[in-house]
Amino acid sequence: MFNKLNNIGDSAVVCDFGDEVNQEVNNRVIKLFHHLKKQSSLGNIKGILNCIPSYNKLIISFDLQKINSDKVINFINSIDLPSLNLDQDKKEWTIPICYDFGLDLISMSKQLKLDKEEIISIHSKSIFFVYMIGFVPGHPFMGDLDSKLFLNRLKTPRVKVPPGSVGVVEKFCNIYPYETPGGWNIIGKTPIKLFNNKDSSKPCLLSPGDKVKFKPISKEEFDNYKNE
Amino acid sequence: MSNSFFEVLRAGVNTTYQDKGRFSMQHIGIPPGGCADNKSFLVSNAIVRNEKPIGVIEFAYQGPLLKLIKGKTKIAITGNVNFKIIYKNKEIIEGDCNRSYNLDEGDQIDILATKESTYGYFSVEGGFDLDTFCSSVSTLVKAKIGPNDGSKIQLGDKIKINTNRKNNNNHKSNISHNKTNIIRVLKGPQYNYFSEESKKIFFSNFYKVTNLTDRMGMRLEGKVLKNIINTNIRSEGITKGAIQVPADGQPIVLLTDHPTIGGYPKIANVISADYDLLVQKIPGTKISFKCIDLQEAEQLYKNRQVSISEIIKNIKEIN
Repeated sequence: MFNKLNNIGDSAVVCDFGDEVNQEVNNRVIKLFHHLKKQSSLGNIKGILNCIPSYNKLIISFDLQKINSDKVINFINSIDLPSLNLDQDKKEWTIPICYDFGLDLISMSKQLKLDKEEIISIHSKSIFFVYMIGFVPGHPFMGDLDSKLFLNRLKTPRVKVPPGSVGVVEKFCNIYPYETPGGWNIIGKTPIKLFNNKDSSKPCLLSPGDKVKFKPISKEEFDNYKNE
Repeated sequence: MSNSFFEVLRAGVNTTYQDKGRFSMQHIGIPPGGCADNKSFLVSNAIVRNEKPIGVIEFAYQGPLLKLIKGKTKIAITGNVNFKIIYKNKEIIEGDCNRSYNLDEGDQIDILATKESTYGYFSVEGGFDLDTFCSSVSTLVKAKIGPNDGSKIQLGDKIKINTNRKNNNNHKSNISHNKTNIIRVLKGPQYNYFSEESKKIFFSNFYKVTNLTDRMGMRLEGKVLKNIINTNIRSEGITKGAIQVPADGQPIVLLTDHPTIGGYPKIANVISADYDLLVQKIPGTKISFKCIDLQEAEQLYKNRQVSISEIIKNIKEIN
């Protein structure tokens, strides 16, 4: 099921699913994530504070007053993950993107030796898989990008990336929900909000395991979107 | 609902509403948050006789100056803090931490500064009237989450209080704070990324707390730690108290509002029992790390919980 199960500090454990980063591995991470969330909400395991899926790991933090590493590890070891049939609510999203805001499109075009139009066409035809969400609220790490568009991080990260910017690095694609520093190549910008700080019940648009497709829009459509 | 409220006459440096934190949300990028120093938070609520630990005002270094415009309330300040109460009749008293005071309409509380510590806590009987977001009133300024539109408390803000003071009885705690600069840790998940020499250095040298320290993280400065495997890892979930070491070899302790995912190797994790002690260290403090094992860390946490329960049980009525 997974390669290693260890404590991290005194109030978290990590399930390590191996070094590979692909959708198959990540699907197993997300499956265990959903299962633990469910078991925790049913009260079958007490004291779980956070389950944090990433590409190939699931980290579970807990309240040391209520449970400890040994008990969490035993609980996880008792789960027969392959036999679980979880009804995961995986959604498919179409997210508008305006490539006119692609701050790095020209330099990408030079580095990749591809026309801007070709880059846009490849990116907008890809179907992305949400591996994980985090770093800041609502920020998705998605893959897999066509290998024709593989690029490294910017040599000098930007101090400020405008919110809504869509970036690419290697086979991954992200969307910056806030103005933050960042080193990804900016290919475009979306007018939609990824995180709603007014909606307590569902603040985050995307969930790990969801699929995302980008729909190109014009600058005018972008502005109209913003004003809606 | 009472009509009692304070007005903010000076906001202080980093004044926010905080409570125990916000959980089950790290998978969408929200860190636990909450009061940095949990012990002071719990005791602060207990002194004003709040049955449950509810939202308080946390301040760092310089605190706010507040005037009670309407109503009457009971307040307490915990931590190591220099403050004054300016009564309506112009009488001014030096405040003592860890006890409650009655405030009436027109009285002011001037929270001047924390002493040899970073955070202080201001609680009122019955708590502040605040909107929750995902079951917590903790403010995450970076993502504009929490009361006050997720902002720090600002000049001119109105701070509403849930209830009026029920009686004039005051209480005092005998809380004491550990002064040691030795922080106990467990080996981190990427401990073996570091050279044998660097592991020795980490546990035998002082690391200075730098100015680049806030609720998100504490940057340390000391002998460079040499990574012999890779200065980056696949991004993975982060937990409070993780000590990561980026390529420059200088450790960063991830604190209460940490990023939820990170890609630097982690040499160690601060034990839960020493976390409150660590967050109160001010820039310039030289700290050192001591490695212990998991069993000992768990026992120390139990001892800490017992000690906090004792402190709360021993809160006595005064005057």
